[in-house]
Amino acid sequence: MGVSILGLAWRSVLNRRGSALLTILAVALSVALFLGVEKARNAAKSGFDNTISGTELIVGAPSGQINLLLYSVFRLGNATAEISWPAYEELDARDDIAWTVPISLGDSHRGFRVMGTTEAYFEHYKYGQKQDLKFGEGQKFDDLFDAVIGAQVAKDLGYKIGTPMVLTHGLGAGGFSDHDNRPFRVVGILAPTGTPVDQTIQVSLEAITAIHVGWETGSKNPLADTITENTIRSFDLTPKTVTAVFVGLKSRATVLRTRRAINTNKSEPLMAIIPGQALAELWQVMGTAERVLLAVSAFVIAVGLVSILTSILTSLNERRREMSILRATGARPHHVFALMVAEAAVLGFLGAVLGAVLIQVIFTIAAPILSAQYGIALIGTGPSLVDVYTILAVTGAALLLGIWPALTALRRSLADGLTVKL
Amino acid sequence: MPDPIVDISNLKFQWPKAPILLDIERFTLQPSERLFLRGASGSGKSTLLGLIAGVLEAQAGTISILGQNIADLPGRRRDAIRADHLGVIFQMFNLVPYLSLIQNVALPCRFSKARMDAVKMAGGVETEAKRLLSRLGLSDPEMLKRNVTELSVGQQQRVAAARALIGGPSLIIADEPTSALDADSRDRFIELLSEEAKRTDAAMLFVSHDASLAGLFDRAVDLGELNRASQTVEAA
Repeated sequence: MGVSILGLAWRSVLNRRGSALLTILAVALSVALFLGVEKARNAAKSGFDNTISGTELIVGAPSGQINLLLYSVFRLGNATAEISWPAYEELDARDDIAWTVPISLGDSHRGFRVMGTTEAYFEHYKYGQKQDLKFGEGQKFDDLFDAVIGAQVAKDLGYKIGTPMVLTHGLGAGGFSDHDNRPFRVVGILAPTGTPVDQTIQVSLEAITAIHVGWETGSKNPLADTITENTIRSFDLTPKTVTAVFVGLKSRATVLRTRRAINTNKSEPLMAIIPGQALAELWQVMGTAERVLLAVSAFVIAVGLVSILTSILTSLNERRREMSILRATGARPHHVFALMVAEAAVLGFLGAVLGAVLIQVIFTIAAPILSAQYGIALIGTGPSLVDVYTILAVTGAALLLGIWPALTALRRSLADGLTVKL
Repeated sequence: MPDPIVDISNLKFQWPKAPILLDIERFTLQPSERLFLRGASGSGKSTLLGLIAGVLEAQAGTISILGQNIADLPGRRRDAIRADHLGVIFQMFNLVPYLSLIQNVALPCRFSKARMDAVKMAGGVETEAKRLLSRLGLSDPEMLKRNVTELSVGQQQRVAAARALIGGPSLIIADEPTSALDADSRDRFIELLSEEAKRTDAAMLFVSHDASLAGLFDRAVDLGELNRASQTVEAA
């Protein structure tokens, strides 16, 4: 019944299972924190990258590319200027463009943004891995006062198909600037996407024009209330401006050329951005905080590893006798050395594995809650190579740290000789 | 005549910053000889055993173990000789607490291929460990399952004896192995150890302060007479 060095290390750890367990727990918690941050970071990044897909260019009035991305895709902030309808029509007529989806922003409903668009939106706008928008219930808008609401809107406001709603001019919470003479009703609820679409209310471009009849100055004209729903339908509701345009190209290969052509447009200054590029730039800005967090959690791992060192170093005194016995029965210095290093590695390995399992359990429990409560999809938080690398790295680092107590044990066992001191 | 198991000449040893502790002109131990080495505590008994076992290095002289002068050998060669040819029993706390009885007895086979091979010839590590334990009066299967820390001191010493004997080493070194035992179990322990050493033709170097044990051995030597350093200290 031979016992290998690793077997000796294992039994020795078991023999001190109380303190070993605490050490393993310290390592496990630090590894769980690190992997948690790493996984949440990845989930945030992929959720972020998946916000828009299949759109080659976003066109708006000239500003910054992050600004355009923020208001057109993330519904954050406001456009400083709009694109005129003729400029949009000119854009739409270009030979290299396959489709366009114009959007018009600026109104809201109980804190949710309202976006005017065309039916093409439901056909061409994609997110994630080129996933189409799907209807959870109902259908596209058909009538002038039809609205299609995002999943989060429906959930938070408790809206169903047929619920009437009043839009608000601007982004206030409602009140004096309500478009209360133009009641809309819900005809469709989109399935959850985990993107800002979930928090958006979609209506037709004509509807946006219609609710602003009598609002040309930016506030309500007293005459507006005298125009009835039926008379408004007879108006020419072609929009005068749009806020931005999502563009799909016939060939992806022309994306840079088309962008340059739009950016140097003569009739009206326009700006075209490539969503992927703009997303990457935006992530760079946001990424700093996330990298700091990762660095901090890496330091926590270092603390966990030091606890291995502490536990082994403090055990050395009580184990002087054990080392002498091993030496007397023929253990070479390298056996004593290997025993110590193996113990550190065993503690590191068990801690890291426990930590990886722990964070997986946490994510498994948290995922449905986050998804249901906040619409946050935890993409890519399952077991991955990162877990394996982290476990290997922690085990390796523990092994290297084990050299310290190993050398101490070695020096002592050589000095002690056969004389076992009490 | 074959080489002596131990042949020491002109040995001098001192701990750092201490007066000379051992100065031995000549000391030999013949094959199969069971020698009793008497010495008061602090007389350098344990140090001498450490030198013979090759874990300490002398400042001068030769220490031949089985014909090889280990004073000239590098540490790893001395370690190899100890692993292959020596069985060591301490005064107490001989056992590794986290190993079973059998694993404790089998420990030397882990570190010496020669002893592992010898044990395999005799029927395997576990069989041989059990046989030795049973020869030393530890045959109860229930006992073998016990944690070693639950054994009485006498039982622990017998496990240590079995460990020293496994794989047929040429020399058994015992450093006061009976000082924690009562008179009955002490005599019984020495008797069993001697019997087993005889069976494998192992020489035995038994160190104790208790001169009354001398009669149980082939020969007795007093370290105080052997060690010239102690004579000068006493004379001073």
